[in-house]
Amino acid sequence: MLDDESRAILRQYQSNPALTVPELAHLVRMTPARVTRRLDRLIEDGIIQGQTVEIDWTALGYTVHVALRFTLDKTVPRAFDEFIVAARQVREVLEIQTFLGQVDVRLLLIARDLADYQRVYRDDILTLPHIADIEALMTLSRVKGDVALPL
Amino acid sequence: MTLDEKDRALLRLLQIDAAQPTGRLGDKLGLSQPATWRRIKRLQDAGVIAGRRLILDAEKLGFGVTVFLGVKLATKGRVSLEDFERAVSAIAEVQSVEHVLGLYDYRLRVVARDLADFERVLRRRIMTMRGVGNVEANIMLSEEKLAGPL
Repeated sequence: MLDDESRAILRQYQSNPALTVPELAHLVRMTPARVTRRLDRLIEDGIIQGQTVEIDWTALGYTVHVALRFTLDKTVPRAFDEFIVAARQVREVLEIQTFLGQVDVRLLLIARDLADYQRVYRDDILTLPHIADIEALMTLSRVKGDVALPL
Repeated sequence: MTLDEKDRALLRLLQIDAAQPTGRLGDKLGLSQPATWRRIKRLQDAGVIAGRRLILDAEKLGFGVTVFLGVKLATKGRVSLEDFERAVSAIAEVQSVEHVLGLYDYRLRVVARDLADFERVLRRRIMTMRGVGNVEANIMLSEEKLAGPL
């Protein structure tokens, strides 16, 4: 688990990953050398795994965002594996989650417009293996979406 | 904004590692460091790159449980939607809130230390909110993010 110093650094760093070490050091009132040592440790321990960019797909013309929730045919032993391998091949799929609950798998799918969505849905989604049932939830708006951890 | 092949390759590289120096990105793309920098700047200005995000190991930080919640509101109308959105967004454990069309009105992503902690958040913070009707919870077992249509 984290001590207070590492937690303070991570909190600031998470809210703004573009911060430099001197900027971080200033915010958490530590020396840059100390912050560097802490960050190195967090990376070494595998707590910080890296950095990625958030792409706003709407800015690229993908205005339709749909969460597809699947139940799979569990009588087939390798249903999950085969479904996921096939789903990875669909270019418009951004996320794949598996669950314990009423839903087995969720895919986050984007499309340029409803016509494009219909095409992807019919050609690439309905053809995925071992589907027992599908429900679609279309995103109207994102109220909160930073997916930060409450450190 | 429309992307050319270099932009697409650049975005793919940034998705994998957004912290690498522009010079190194340029080497991989066959671009000079200033040319790479200008492309990143253009993608940022167009809003295509919305920001950078730290990839953290939630489990190592003590967050062992992620739950996707579908929430149906019992009472509707603009005021109750706004009240609900404001109240639910203020909960630290609620990582994302989406207004959706379909079986539910809202989809929440909730992170918790363990199932007991999740139950506390659900019962004390979410179920007590005015207007909350039916709630469906699915516990996440695995997650992968893909590059998308680049």
